[in-house]
Amino acid sequence: MSSQHHDPANVTNPEHAEHRIVQPGTYIAVYVTLLIFTGVTVAAAFIDLHIFNPIIAVAIACIKAVIVILFFMHVIFQTKLIKLTVAAGFFTFLILIFMTLTDYMSRAWGLW
Amino acid sequence: MDNTIVATHHDTHAEEHHHISLPQHRHHFETEEQQREAGSFGMWLFLLTEIMFFGGLFFAYLLYRNWYNPAFVAGSNQLSIPLGTVNTAVLITSGFFMALGVWAAEVRKKGLLVLFLLLTILTGLVFLGVKYVEYSEKFEKHHVPGASFDISEFVNPPVNPKTGKLTEEPLSPDMAQKTQIFFSLYFAMTGMHALHMIIGIVLLCWLTWRAQRGDFSSGYVAPIENFGLYWHFVDIVWIFLFPLLYLINRHPGA
Amino acid sequence: MSATSSTIVNLPDQRTATLPKKNYINAEDGLLSWLLTGDHKRIAMMYLFSITIFFFLGGAFAGLIRLELLTPQPDLVASDTYNKLFSMHGIIMVFLFLVPSVPATLGNFLIPIMIGAKDLAFPKINLLSWYLYWIGGLFTLAALVLGGVDTGWTFTTPLSTHYLNTHVVTAGLGVFIIGFSSIFTGLNFIVTIHRMRAPGMTWFRMPLFVWSNYAASILMVLGTPVLAITLVLVVLERTIHIGVFDPTLGGDPLLFQHLFWFYSHPAVYIMILPGMGVISEVISTFSRKRVFGYTAVAFSSVAIAVFGFFVWEHHMFIMGVSNYSALVFSLLTMLVAVPSAIKVFNWAFTLQKGSITFETPMLYAFAFIGLFTIGGLTGVFLASLGMDIHLTETYFIVAHFHYVMVGGMLMAFLGGVHFWWPKMTGRMYPESISKLSAVTSFIGFNLTFMPQFILGYLGMPRRYHSYPAEYQVLNVLSTAGATVLGIGFLMPLIYLAWSLKYGAIAGNNPWQATGLEWQIQSPPLTENFIETPVIDYEAYDYEWLAHKTEQEVTTVG
Repeated sequence: MSSQHHDPANVTNPEHAEHRIVQPGTYIAVYVTLLIFTGVTVAAAFIDLHIFNPIIAVAIACIKAVIVILFFMHVIFQTKLIKLTVAAGFFTFLILIFMTLTDYMSRAWGLW
Repeated sequence: MDNTIVATHHDTHAEEHHHISLPQHRHHFETEEQQREAGSFGMWLFLLTEIMFFGGLFFAYLLYRNWYNPAFVAGSNQLSIPLGTVNTAVLITSGFFMALGVWAAEVRKKGLLVLFLLLTILTGLVFLGVKYVEYSEKFEKHHVPGASFDISEFVNPPVNPKTGKLTEEPLSPDMAQKTQIFFSLYFAMTGMHALHMIIGIVLLCWLTWRAQRGDFSSGYVAPIENFGLYWHFVDIVWIFLFPLLYLINRHPGA
Repeated sequence: MSATSSTIVNLPDQRTATLPKKNYINAEDGLLSWLLTGDHKRIAMMYLFSITIFFFLGGAFAGLIRLELLTPQPDLVASDTYNKLFSMHGIIMVFLFLVPSVPATLGNFLIPIMIGAKDLAFPKINLLSWYLYWIGGLFTLAALVLGGVDTGWTFTTPLSTHYLNTHVVTAGLGVFIIGFSSIFTGLNFIVTIHRMRAPGMTWFRMPLFVWSNYAASILMVLGTPVLAITLVLVVLERTIHIGVFDPTLGGDPLLFQHLFWFYSHPAVYIMILPGMGVISEVISTFSRKRVFGYTAVAFSSVAIAVFGFFVWEHHMFIMGVSNYSALVFSLLTMLVAVPSAIKVFNWAFTLQKGSITFETPMLYAFAFIGLFTIGGLTGVFLASLGMDIHLTETYFIVAHFHYVMVGGMLMAFLGGVHFWWPKMTGRMYPESISKLSAVTSFIGFNLTFMPQFILGYLGMPRRYHSYPAEYQVLNVLSTAGATVLGIGFLMPLIYLAWSLKYGAIAGNNPWQATGLEWQIQSPPLTENFIETPVIDYEAYDYEWLAHKTEQEVTTVG
């Protein structure tokens, strides 16, 4: 990394990644997986699992979202910078959710 | 970190000039590669703002779903599962075509690119069409929040002709009033999502026109890639909206 | 330059000096060449011009407020006019002045130059951001002209959604649009700082001004959209009564507060962080020393940005939030004092044994450190739950945030404008009158807001246009101070405008500062650098500068 020359392409930048073309085969596999998960989530909703119904629904949605982010949006082939950016977005979203929940949940203990 | 980068300019000049020849290359970027990475990073940051934009709505949803769970269950059961499921599949298909479009642009196949972009537009329009059918049903049944909102169906649920039982648990008038919050959030969230789709389709038309003109046939694919990120993000929002709005409690008698 | 000299200013010989023949100002002519420009420096100047207009407009409202409060009776304006006055003062000052002040003007101008880039990553988005600023500004002005808005700058529900028949929707849309202007500025900065640094410009060689703007940009990108969706919901609530914030329909007005302050508390750091960056540059330059604990100062900016997201509920302690959660937020709020104190201590250590000179920017920097410390420490009072119940919604809070925003941010902004004026325009401002104006603002500021701490502690509530007669003495002091402060702010407007034509030619580096921006001509070329600079020295390396100057003299001689 200690290149002693001017580096216009910025390739010595640790934030740089090779551009990679994802092949249609990957996309087809992802597409089928997403459709299957859609079916699973609908089916699961009709089974009575008590508290686990919403948990499963959100978990499946998260899995689907992660698959889309990683493959359709190419994040798996991207730099650490992009990965960190995506993580930062969801992290801040979770701050919003959980820090606000500290108020609502402790305002009426046990009623949630 | 490397603290000793010292430059000798001479040996790299040829390389820079080679890059600068491309028409879409902007003067303030040193290389096309730098421009491409800056563009995609910028797009990601924009999507970050979109996460937070929808984040406020998702929190409002979480709060009221917990406060008024029976009303949310009753409201959710008013939505059509077949339409919702089909629409989810349609939108995933749209995202799939968009992904293929990005691939077509990268391998410089102009015809395929235009085809996939058109398919993306088409599936996007189908999604909005189904959404229109769903919305108009809500208007007919007076389930749109506002002065004409009607809670009678939630207080006195109709009897299922086959089983002779009530189709829903009847709600107290007070709780039935809260279904209005469900429908407010339903319209706010799906409406905001549909607005993003409409904006996306307008942009897609413009991109298709440019693709047809041959703008993306020579290895310059950044606009297609970055738009793809936006389109997939809109998909992801729907992937969450579908179970949260349509599938709250589909197993009556629990 | 000797250590004993009272100034480090080094101007070229005025008899022979001229402005550079080619620079960004005269590169193209005509109004359109400005309105359609992609040049970050021109956009920065357009922003500077625009925010100045809004600053004086907001200032005029402040003047009217203070004039009304001169007497205990409600005699100058009617009560709802008074409500409109402080609402417009708040909306204009927060959204149209403080948020874009340093980032959009100085940041826009300097960040690309400081990291050795030719422009920001997205020049067109930068221009779009300026247009959005004006569209939002026009919406706000429309709300004003059509009859005003009286919600306060916080758009509190259900007041804003149910009880007022003023132009809440227009003003709300205005703020929504300005929000996007701020998002685009922040987005542009982050990408530029990550992607456009010149060779050798590593993260820890960047000037602290860039670091602090980077931290503020993160807040802009992550916080502002939450404000946007909140305002959308307010507008929907007001127009079609969706019930999300309406208690009669089952909504929760506190949800609005949570969402609003989730942005608006970090917004306070959006406003102050870039100002802190200015102070780091100024303090270092005028004490001829590297900023003490560079890494700590850099990371404290990022720490403030991150902590900023964990404290918003302290605006809501008296609104009926849970006590347990209030305890947590109280503790987290006090933690923000840590990175802020790191900065103040490090500036103090930078001064220690430095060769300090007292040019105008340095005077503003001193004002900043003192006033910001007072503002920050009173913030700790307000963070403690018991004190907050006594002090919140009184003039104590008004004084507290004016100490941070005016005493801190505005002083930093003016310090920065003076510091980089020679770079932006190529001409010096007049030195003695500018020192006078800095001192005037400092005195006027303290006279205005110090009595308000006492008033608040005594129990005078904010947002009322009449008050018991025993508060009058302090209020008269405050109004008198506001007059002095107003003069202190008008003076720079006049002499800076004067200096555009008659100021001394500044030369490349009047302050003998080390930043990259001082190594190029003033005003700079449109493309900033003739060839891409290569950075082989740390930030604030005055030995490197002395060595470089020596070499230049030898070469020329």
